[in-house]
Amino acid sequence: MKKTFKITTPEGLHARPTALLVTAVTPFECDVQLAYNDKSVNLKSIMGVMALGITPESIITISAEGTDAEKLMQTVTDVIITKGIGEEC
Amino acid sequence: MLEIQGIAVSEGIAFANAYCLMEPDLSFKKVTIVDVPAELKRFKAAVVQSKRELQEIYTIAHTKFGDEEAAIFAAHQLLLEDPEMLAAIEAKIHTGINAEYALDEASKMFIAMFEGIDNVYMQERTADIRDVSKRLLAHLLGVELTDMSHLSSDVIIVAEDLTPSMTAQIDTKYVKGFITDIGGRTSHSAILARTLGIPAIVGTKTATQIIKQGTPIIMDGINGKIILNATPEISQFYVRQQQIQSQLQSEFDQFRSLPSISADGLHVEIAGNIGKPEDVDMITSVGGDGIGLFRTEFLYMERQELPNEEEQFTAYRTVLEKMQGKPTIVRTLDIGGDKNLPYFQLPTEMNPFLGYRAIRICLSHPEMFRTQLRALLRASAFGNLKIMFPMIATLDEFRMAKALLLEEKKLLQNEGFIVSETIEVGIMIEIPSAAMIADLFAKEVDFFSIGTNDLIQYTLATDRMNENVSYLYQPYHPAVLRLIKTVIDAAHHHGKWVGMCGEMAGDEVAIPILLAFGLDEFSMTASSILKTRAQIAKHSQKDLIQHTERILILSTASEVEDYVRKFLLIHD
Repeated sequence: MKKTFKITTPEGLHARPTALLVTAVTPFECDVQLAYNDKSVNLKSIMGVMALGITPESIITISAEGTDAEKLMQTVTDVIITKGIGEEC
Repeated sequence: MLEIQGIAVSEGIAFANAYCLMEPDLSFKKVTIVDVPAELKRFKAAVVQSKRELQEIYTIAHTKFGDEEAAIFAAHQLLLEDPEMLAAIEAKIHTGINAEYALDEASKMFIAMFEGIDNVYMQERTADIRDVSKRLLAHLLGVELTDMSHLSSDVIIVAEDLTPSMTAQIDTKYVKGFITDIGGRTSHSAILARTLGIPAIVGTKTATQIIKQGTPIIMDGINGKIILNATPEISQFYVRQQQIQSQLQSEFDQFRSLPSISADGLHVEIAGNIGKPEDVDMITSVGGDGIGLFRTEFLYMERQELPNEEEQFTAYRTVLEKMQGKPTIVRTLDIGGDKNLPYFQLPTEMNPFLGYRAIRICLSHPEMFRTQLRALLRASAFGNLKIMFPMIATLDEFRMAKALLLEEKKLLQNEGFIVSETIEVGIMIEIPSAAMIADLFAKEVDFFSIGTNDLIQYTLATDRMNENVSYLYQPYHPAVLRLIKTVIDAAHHHGKWVGMCGEMAGDEVAIPILLAFGLDEFSMTASSILKTRAQIAKHSQKDLIQHTERILILSTASEVEDYVRKFLLIHD
């Protein structure tokens, strides 16, 4: 499963929004990746995500594979939208 | 007995044992490991302990400062759970090296990765990795990290330097004062120490090298002296000094509920400078006549993102309500120079104090500025709000800022918000150009507030953070005094009033000069308010005015100081 988002939080994917995303996906079984600028990292790694240096207005893709992928995708979408991190493209 | 001299930046005398915030010894060697599972177990135990500590710190930060400030410690905990980081370390341990070395290698790798990102904020996040790695390493080595939140007896903090956030976390229940190697009178930690009302001595250069953990210290925050292992005679002397100080304090206390009035009946306003809504209580507790400077940048600092309109509105409203109709001057965002925001990328500059800062940043980021103005305008319905813009150099800047303010006011009114119709709008006079054309500004502004810390720096072209040229930081320099006089005269000529929110407003020697010049409002740290009110009560403005011309033709700062001490200061 794949979804594309545009980052709207004015500071980009910095510590706080990243922490929210990582905390949301960590409990899930399945693998989850965040792709940005031809690089892909494990979304359960705050270090990996922050190291991408994602700036406001960036387009990111989140993909998940595994048994609870659908639920994970729903959760991550909710977090991104309700916490003002970004919007679905 | 041993004496160390430093710069006294916050008055008072303190007796306590040294608490040295030293970097602990975290040195280790690369060791070959035979029992890999045991090493992995040792590493995991260190992770668990570190997490537990961070959870405690998070809880403390959360109760003390709230969600936003605590968030950073939640992110630190996540670093300890990071699959990439943990996998990298464990993989290295599997190759047969000790956990300390594996941790160090992995964190260096991540730090290099972050430093490679072309983004100041991200580069600064390496501090988080270093912080967390240090905690882990300390546990692996069985070394204890210094932690200010676990103090349980009176101490004097000794450190190389204190960041504003560290100073802000100081619990005055146990921390009786602080001493640092670096810093100056106007560094943030100095300002915060005065706000907290604890003695502080900075710029000692060597304190951390000389003072050992637990050494009994006497701090003389009036003369900048630090006495280690004092003899009984010296201790006696300082006990007596402390008594004199507290007697003086109780004398000042009588002025708590009295008006700020000179011996010949002139009313002035003695207001307070604050950084956070909580600071208002200290101003009201000493009977301050208002808030002369609310430094709003503290709402923006020590956090991860810009504060939104609601958050700012709540903060401003709280301050205005607590002040119960007393005048409250809020200064719009003043960052840049020495004050950065971690999430707001400011370019590295050759001359930050002459560079991109304060109103210059706000005018080039109108969205950010408008959010603050909207929050202020909405809060104006709850008290006596005055707004001032910092670092104004030209009339155009003031006109632009005011135009944005009026636009937002109209928009808010159209949205149905109540906005006060009597908000005064003024500027800070910090740049000589603005002081020189104060007559032109006076036609358009409602008031001036003279920010002497920067005005002195810019008038004498002296970086106030640079110890090599600090001798040029001269508040009584004739050029500074003449500029101040020019500003006050220009304002009064146009029926406007003038305040001062720089350090000089609470300075014993400056006060009679400023009274003679006709300054209308003096704004200072809470701890100086009563002392200043007591001093003003002794002066007669009429008598002081007779000295004005004489003061203005003195040639040097020391001549001015000598003159004031000889002829103008009144001591019982």
